[in-house]
Amino acid sequence: MHDLDIGTQLQQQVLQAVETGGALRIVGGDSKAFYGGHCAAEAWLNTADHCGVIDYQPSEQVITARAGSRIADIAELLAGHRQMLGFEPPDYTGQATLGGTLACGFSGPRRPFAGSARDFMLGCKIINGRGQILNFGGRVMKNVAGFDVSRLMVGALGTTGVLLEASLRVLPVPETDLTLACACTEQQALSRMQQLSGQPWPLSGSAYDGEYLRIRLSGAETALTAVAKQLAGDADPAGDRFWHDLREQRIGFFQLPGTLWRISVAPATAPLDLVGRGLLDWGGALRWLNTDMPAAAIHAAAAAHGGHAICYRGEDKSDWLRLDSDLLGLQQNIRLAFDPLSVFNPGRLFS
Amino acid sequence: MPLSAAFVQQCRVLLGNRQVISDPESLRVYECDALSAYRQVPDLVVLPDSVAQVRALLKLCNQHSIPVVARGAGTGLSGGALPVSGGIVLGLSKMNRILAVDPLNCSATLQPGVRNLAISAAAKPYGLYYAPDPSSQIACSIGGNVAENAGGVHCLKYGLTVHNVLQIKLVTLEGRLLTLGGSGLDMPGYDLLALAIGSEGLLGVVVEITVRLLPLQPQTQVLLAAFASVEQAGAAVAALIADGLTPAGLELMDNAAIRATEAFVHAGYPVNAAAILLCELDGMPEQVAADSQRAIGILQHNAAVEIRTASDEPERRRFWAGRKSAFPAVGRIASDYYCMDGTIPRKQLACVLQRISAMAEACGLSVVNVFHAGDGNLHPLILYDARIRGDFEKAEVLGGQILELCVAVGGTITGEHGVGHEKLAQMCVQFQAAELAQFHRLKRAFDPFGLLNPGKAIPTLHRCAELGHLHVHHGQLPHPELERF
Repeated sequence: MHDLDIGTQLQQQVLQAVETGGALRIVGGDSKAFYGGHCAAEAWLNTADHCGVIDYQPSEQVITARAGSRIADIAELLAGHRQMLGFEPPDYTGQATLGGTLACGFSGPRRPFAGSARDFMLGCKIINGRGQILNFGGRVMKNVAGFDVSRLMVGALGTTGVLLEASLRVLPVPETDLTLACACTEQQALSRMQQLSGQPWPLSGSAYDGEYLRIRLSGAETALTAVAKQLAGDADPAGDRFWHDLREQRIGFFQLPGTLWRISVAPATAPLDLVGRGLLDWGGALRWLNTDMPAAAIHAAAAAHGGHAICYRGEDKSDWLRLDSDLLGLQQNIRLAFDPLSVFNPGRLFS
Repeated sequence: MPLSAAFVQQCRVLLGNRQVISDPESLRVYECDALSAYRQVPDLVVLPDSVAQVRALLKLCNQHSIPVVARGAGTGLSGGALPVSGGIVLGLSKMNRILAVDPLNCSATLQPGVRNLAISAAAKPYGLYYAPDPSSQIACSIGGNVAENAGGVHCLKYGLTVHNVLQIKLVTLEGRLLTLGGSGLDMPGYDLLALAIGSEGLLGVVVEITVRLLPLQPQTQVLLAAFASVEQAGAAVAALIADGLTPAGLELMDNAAIRATEAFVHAGYPVNAAAILLCELDGMPEQVAADSQRAIGILQHNAAVEIRTASDEPERRRFWAGRKSAFPAVGRIASDYYCMDGTIPRKQLACVLQRISAMAEACGLSVVNVFHAGDGNLHPLILYDARIRGDFEKAEVLGGQILELCVAVGGTITGEHGVGHEKLAQMCVQFQAAELAQFHRLKRAFDPFGLLNPGKAIPTLHRCAELGHLHVHHGQLPHPELERF
């Protein structure tokens, strides 16, 4: 993996933008340009070259790396010590960076069972909108000193500052994975998912692709053999491939043309009354929908169940994310607390 | 400044006389939390019993510019609920109902005054429980757990409060009711749920919490390993983790703690060991069997002089009995103790414990160590005698030194107890002036006039300078361009 510290250079670019009243589009591997609202800034702040692992000791289960480090490189390093990023982020054919992954807050199939990107975030170094380099959190598992700014950075799409470094907790790779698959309807899949999640099975994945419900179990081989005997479904020899492709959003469903929505609701929510092709992940708590229905109808359906919808990929991003007015006002104030001149990614999260 | 009669009268109108406390005798109950070394009798205590009352009260305080200190069960260990002069204490103990247990979604919705342990009791009929288990779980409330991002013995595997809460409802100073999080696993826009958890009452008042429940594990096993030196015990902890085991709990007790608890509960601990580790493994029976075998091998390889495996449930309880009674046991051998809460990288365990013992000796105090070794979260108990003049001050100084040592080795001044009133000086060591200023700007986005739990958690730069913890160069504070508070 490359090792280069251009933190001071990036800071200079930010300071210059602050002085000239400019705006910056923060770009790492440019693998997720499709995500978020329209960013009004033309000038790039390129973090991809700011890369390399700063600290990694397997016995601490913590890795600290610069934001431009590729997720794929980090995963490879961790795998050498039988460890992994527990939230299974997509690496987008090797392009995704650590900074971009955290800024988008993307987590893969293991998320309900192991935790999300923000759950693994322990600390960070950022440049705020005044051009100051600041450190928050730390490199230890438990830390409640000061507000949890590190976790606030996750999913903020760069609007609260430029991530320079992040420290993440990592997890041991399970001894064995086993995938069980069975053909069923969406309704059957949902009730099966619920039933399983309320019981102490060693689950690490639970998804329905419109045809098959697949569950992944992780742990000691003896334990998985015993569990498999008690659960319905056949062992799926292509299981590992499936979870990898689901994480990378490469299975057929994600190749469909059209608008892709990501709907987050309570896992036991009945099938949503929306037209389109769907895929269930996270034990039913994450519902992907490919549809040409109007945005308003999708937001309303998610909100009716106490959840929310995000237009993940599509032509029209004018109504991609909704916040109620009190929350929007507060979030805008928080943005200004970090970036008073709206230098970073204007329009990417909210206008 | 005392509260105006008009303000007090308006509180009475909002809540009724029985929920407003103003007589000196009853106020004294609220003068401190579980860190009783710091006390301040409040001017007024209000005990709302509904969200509507909390909203009305906060609006009123905002209008009158009255500081508000929210309080749960008062079991906090950092003085977070210490009253402020001229302000009110807003006690949430009357809002103590479990609003719903939802076995299908594995969640429970609670009012803030619900006791931590009561959540698991309510979930048990469904085969579920609430994982974070601070040692005060019999008494502490979920609202306080959220305010402090409480941990416990099982954080290593199951996470802190922040990992186990799905949604909270927060009342702002203007009386607005915000929903942070949602029924799903994330929220749109900024992750305000993560920000609010552990914010120590500085951003808003939590009036409803939805927690995630986990399935009860079918089997639990506890190993007890004894070591001839603390270094070896520390190395064994690192080895267990490096090998890829994630114990549900991994606790270390030093010789002083072993002796104190043995004398108290007779758990059968090896009293001559320099340190013992308690290693709890849970899961499917086959998983527990495989993990226990692996753990025993690693402990043997790391010079454990004795390894015991709990043969049945009573023995497992006995192994834990000593650990769980460690604090009261220490209370028997010393008239007072001061519990610290730093976290360090695990590899520093042995070195930090040695240095703590040397520092304690230098100031003539004793320290007992019993802590969450798996996640490097230390709880040195400094023994002192409050009747001896100056003894607490000595303990306070030693405590500060211990926390600064934690920062110096790459750790933090608080793993789970919070900063509160207690660790303000050490915040100036852990953070630079610009970072503290950023915290203050973030607070102002929620609380522009600084009325929510003022003076806690985030020190003013002024205070850091006074304490001599900010580096002052030629009489100039660093970053002169920053606003001062």
